[in-house]
Amino acid sequence: MMEIVFALAVGILTASGVWLLLRPRTFQVIIGLSLLSYAVNLFIFGMGRLRVGAPPVLENPEAVDPALYADPLPQALVLTAIVISFATTALFLVVLLASRGLTGTDHVDGRDDPR
Amino acid sequence: MTGLLDHLIVVPILLPLVSGAVMLLLDERRRGLKGGIGAAATMALLVVAIALLRQADMMPAGSSVRTYQLGNWSAPFGIVLVLDRLSALMLVLTSALGIAALLYSLARWHRAGPRFHTLFQLQLMGLNGAFLTGDLFNLFVFFEVLLTASYGLVLHGDGTARVRAGLAYIAINLVASLLFLIGACLTYGVTGTLNMADFARRIPALAPGDAALFAAAAAILGTAFLMKAGAWPLNFWLPTTYAAASAPAAAIFAVMSKLGVYVILRLWTLVFGPGAGSLAGFGGEGLLVGGMLTIVFGTIGILASQTLSRLAGCSVLVSSGTLIAAIGTGSGAVIGATLFYLVSSTLGIAALFLLVELVERIRDPGADVLAVTMEAYGEGDDESLAEEIGIAIPATITILGGSFIACALLLAGLPPLSGFVGKFAIMATMLKADGPAVQASTWAMIGLLTVSGLATLIAMTRSGISSFWARMHDGVPRVRVIEMAPVLALLLLCLGLTVGGGPAMRYMEATAQALQAPQDYVTGVLAAPRLGSAAGEARP
Repeated sequence: MMEIVFALAVGILTASGVWLLLRPRTFQVIIGLSLLSYAVNLFIFGMGRLRVGAPPVLENPEAVDPALYADPLPQALVLTAIVISFATTALFLVVLLASRGLTGTDHVDGRDDPR
Repeated sequence: MTGLLDHLIVVPILLPLVSGAVMLLLDERRRGLKGGIGAAATMALLVVAIALLRQADMMPAGSSVRTYQLGNWSAPFGIVLVLDRLSALMLVLTSALGIAALLYSLARWHRAGPRFHTLFQLQLMGLNGAFLTGDLFNLFVFFEVLLTASYGLVLHGDGTARVRAGLAYIAINLVASLLFLIGACLTYGVTGTLNMADFARRIPALAPGDAALFAAAAAILGTAFLMKAGAWPLNFWLPTTYAAASAPAAAIFAVMSKLGVYVILRLWTLVFGPGAGSLAGFGGEGLLVGGMLTIVFGTIGILASQTLSRLAGCSVLVSSGTLIAAIGTGSGAVIGATLFYLVSSTLGIAALFLLVELVERIRDPGADVLAVTMEAYGEGDDESLAEEIGIAIPATITILGGSFIACALLLAGLPPLSGFVGKFAIMATMLKADGPAVQASTWAMIGLLTVSGLATLIAMTRSGISSFWARMHDGVPRVRVIEMAPVLALLLLCLGLTVGGGPAMRYMEATAQALQAPQDYVTGVLAAPRLGSAAGEARP
């Protein structure tokens, strides 16, 4: 059950992200990128296999059974990925505002459709 | 195993990081000091890179790698930096381009916006780190470092065209980074490791279902790298962005797009070598066909270019396409020739990017002064216009024209410069690898290389005529020595590559041989002992 909910969450986030990414307004693009990065972060987390109630840190170094523990590496990776995608999204937001100010439109091409 | 020289490997990452950080502390008005620090750091970087190249070249045949364990944990668990011939070669190329672009920027570009020198150093740090790292996730981190710096450099100098191009550039690179993350974590989920050498060891033992997942992960990763390298159809952003970027930034971007090619070469030969069982040679046809289509697209782009900077941007595509297609053939001798072409074409394209701006001053000398005053902002405006233009060097037109011809020869692949040697070596080794029965793909590749060279020659001649012979203004453009010297230095390097073609080619062939024998890399990385521990303690 947990796996289905998790997979659906990743799938819906990715699908909405891709759809928004292909829209013509810069704000939609940035929201799309954010949704995509949430989906990717969840996916990274899932790559450590889904476990409930398993600690990621080894407590007893003598008799270790890895099956009792969650994989800590994807959790570390996801932290890095969150920080990096947050920072780059913030940077993108600045460029978006600069583009809005310079071109006077929020179209991704910097000009509105000729229609 | 101990001694200061062992720490030399980490210097190409630390040096730009420290110098970039120091320059953040300095006031924005002290540009002279910042330029001095930047130039000194980049020069030191070049010296270190050459020292590393010599170290890599002198390693005996069986052990072609040197590792550096950050945090002194041994390989699959700790993070390692790996130096081999290929990464040393890329380090030298990066720092040589870096010093040329930096000196060029000292003439005026570093005044056109804030924190140029810091961004530049961070860009170098990201490139060096990506060339040196031995595991996939750190590759991602270094990619992000260099991309974030490059976002700043694309926008350096401001203006609507740059912001517009930068918006697309950032969006596409964020998507590529997300693909990179998906691929990297999928490989981790399948193999349980992020170390590149460890991948190679675990691939043959994968269960069939896992092997299919790994192939999917590799395809996703490959897509991300091909996006950076500018392979068709993921490259529509590239000419626009590179043409819009300021000249020194575009010159350093010439090596940035080669980073994608480097990673593909590194991972593909390491992971999908002959020892990979059912996955051996995975995606080779894809690379070959994708590379050829990129050449076609780039060639059409070159012929259709209205401006010189766009022409240079499309040359990046042709160069990337040639490299990707030649790697896709997968034969060791071809890869050796490909590396020679990589160095020569990167130097040539960077020289062209720097030269384009100088040549465009011929067309409209007045526009240049206007552009500078518009671009420079902040407190630096008090410099007088006369100083801004600087002293014109004599025989400017002759030197500019000569350099332009040299660039055209390099990119079109005509003798006597190194572009010819590179293209000829690719064709010759491809024919040799096929033996008497030449494959259709080889003929197609030879045809494409020839046609793309011809197209480059036509387009360069056309714009050369309109820039130099049919120019509208009689005035001589004002070009400063410090702007001309880097271009000449890059072209002289290419000349040196032709004259020293024998030793250079020997190095490239040794590199290709090492890439074809990934076992050396794997054992070299995984069996390296920790510092301070006896060799016997290392894991078997």
